[in-house]
Amino acid sequence: MAKSLGPVKRKFSPWTDPSAVPFIRFENITKRFGDFTAVDNLTLDIYEREFFSLLGPSGCGKTTLMRMLAGFEEPTEGRILLQGKDISGVPPYRRPTNMMFQSYALFPHMTVEKNIAFGLEQDNLPKGEIAARVEEMLKLVKLETFARRKPNQLSGGQRQRVALARSLAKRPKVLLLDEPLGALDKKLREETQFELMDIQTNLGLTFLIVTHDQEEAMTVSDRIAVMDKGVIMQVATPAEIYEAPNSRYVADFIGDINILEGTVSTTESALGAPGAVRIDCDGVAVAVEQECQAVKGDKVAFAIRPEKVRISPDQPADTSFNAVYGEVWDIGYLGDFSVFLVKMADGRIVRAAQANVSRLVDRPITFGDMVWLTWPLDAGLVLTR
Amino acid sequence: MASVSETQAANTPNPARWLVVVVPYLWLLLFFAAPFLIIFKISLSDTAIAMPPYTPVFPGFGAIRDYISELDFENYLFLTEDPLYIKAYLSSLRIAVISTFLLLLIGYPMALAMARAPSSLRPTLVMLVILPFWTSFLIRVYAWIGILKPDGLLTLLLQTTGLLEPNEQIQIFRTDIAVFIGIVYSYLPFMVLPLYSALEKMDNTLLEAASDLGCPPWKAFWKITFPLSLPGVIAGSMICFIPITGEFVIPDLLGGADTLMIGKTLWTEFFGNRDWPLASAVAVVLLIMLVVPIAIFQNQQKKVV
Repeated sequence: MAKSLGPVKRKFSPWTDPSAVPFIRFENITKRFGDFTAVDNLTLDIYEREFFSLLGPSGCGKTTLMRMLAGFEEPTEGRILLQGKDISGVPPYRRPTNMMFQSYALFPHMTVEKNIAFGLEQDNLPKGEIAARVEEMLKLVKLETFARRKPNQLSGGQRQRVALARSLAKRPKVLLLDEPLGALDKKLREETQFELMDIQTNLGLTFLIVTHDQEEAMTVSDRIAVMDKGVIMQVATPAEIYEAPNSRYVADFIGDINILEGTVSTTESALGAPGAVRIDCDGVAVAVEQECQAVKGDKVAFAIRPEKVRISPDQPADTSFNAVYGEVWDIGYLGDFSVFLVKMADGRIVRAAQANVSRLVDRPITFGDMVWLTWPLDAGLVLTR
Repeated sequence: MASVSETQAANTPNPARWLVVVVPYLWLLLFFAAPFLIIFKISLSDTAIAMPPYTPVFPGFGAIRDYISELDFENYLFLTEDPLYIKAYLSSLRIAVISTFLLLLIGYPMALAMARAPSSLRPTLVMLVILPFWTSFLIRVYAWIGILKPDGLLTLLLQTTGLLEPNEQIQIFRTDIAVFIGIVYSYLPFMVLPLYSALEKMDNTLLEAASDLGCPPWKAFWKITFPLSLPGVIAGSMICFIPITGEFVIPDLLGGADTLMIGKTLWTEFFGNRDWPLASAVAVVLLIMLVVPIAIFQNQQKKVV
């Protein structure tokens, strides 16, 4: 698949250790609702203390997968192992998992305090211990002064924190978060993302989060599983998912990317580099330094992120490959970045992003300019799927 | 719930707005307050052999002083002297309390089952609960006579299934049991519908959350479902309790001679004994008795809104 990304320093990467025992294992899980297959023969390992994201569009089966772990749904086929033990048939109230619901599901007739204490009371802990734990949780989510309020007397952000506190109070082995930040505004969401990461690291818990927000998944996760139509497309770290997506679907779902469809013209080296391929993308000659399974004549896609494309009004020395000539058709000014949409003669558009490093109001390249787009051999990748 | 627009509308006088408020109040004044005052006045006067059988409601301004001096509370005093009335009141309350409890016991599981049924099925189930209203209430109570009487359908059913010897008959017609059956049957929709509307509104993820936090389903019912359905329980209980207390038709048709209910007593006083002043006093006391649960009901409704 992907070429090496170079030596990567990782503090935490149990998935690279073949002897590591997965904390949670989904084994050939299939879930059908009538004719509809929500999850299709899916196998996935999640390790202890991991912050793991299930990412995908709505209806991809990510929530169903999480609900099966919580015990609200039973898999049609396959089994789920938690610390090596099959938990099929164990009712939700006996599972060592706790969930933070998308709607928060706070008990409206109970105070914040009572909501947080609810799970602890089910374990028949001594009163003093419950009170101490509730206090600790209130402190953790900074809601000490709201203990006696009812949920309807709280703001959305406060409710979300109560929901988090309630689901953490029992110190679950696995915390499940179902679109936990969906209802918050952007600023609050970003703050909370970092708080979640802090809490996860400090308490040493395993977090499984379901989200359709790729930015959120990128920010918080150790690893991400990108799902589509009940199957996992790719499981990898955020950087791997972004830099080395394994398919058009993943490449397109995560971040912004240019995809040019083409045919492998030769698998020989372009500049003497080992394992390079040349692709003919309808007149655009592309050379990629990447070991791939494709052979001559294969239909593949060449993908490159906009920020890896250089834009210049000057013609490069070698225009025989990895060079596109076109007109600046549109510019998206994002403050930190500008995205140039360059239209080739045949109408195809390639995007190039440039960091706005200097404080200029008038950019050297503007609408209608004819420009050259170039990229190095290792900037893009070949997608066979 | 005073929204901004409402407060603004209240500040600017709007004739149409006044009309909307005044019409129903006038209606209540005319058809509730006025008759009640007349009944109250009758309860203070004496019986007269006349047509109608009471002293004139309004004798003219000249006689007002004499007239007022004739009014007294002797009818109310009489209610306390004859134990029949106190017994009838207490018996009515007893029957109403027991019936309401039975209604809750039967209605709650029904409402819960309806609320948990697949959403495509729910309108049909609600329809089935309302369906008996298509037939006249009186006819339905008469139908129960056919079922409950000694040679009725119930006896026949028990005899055919062998639970009863062919020469035996079930003896519940004209007893309190028949009254309870009739009341529970007739009032069940009034109990089920408010309960259903309270339970149907409930967010199912709350139960999932409870389960997730280690609470088994039977415990979650008492910790989550029941407390959250309390407004429905109170509404249903009041809607049933208040009219059952004054119920007249069911005890008259299904009850025996010893079934004492204030509604029946009231009817006897009005039309049997033709003692309208005393009957009016009975009615006024009944109303005062019911004001308490009505106030509770109103208070609860306010909380819900």
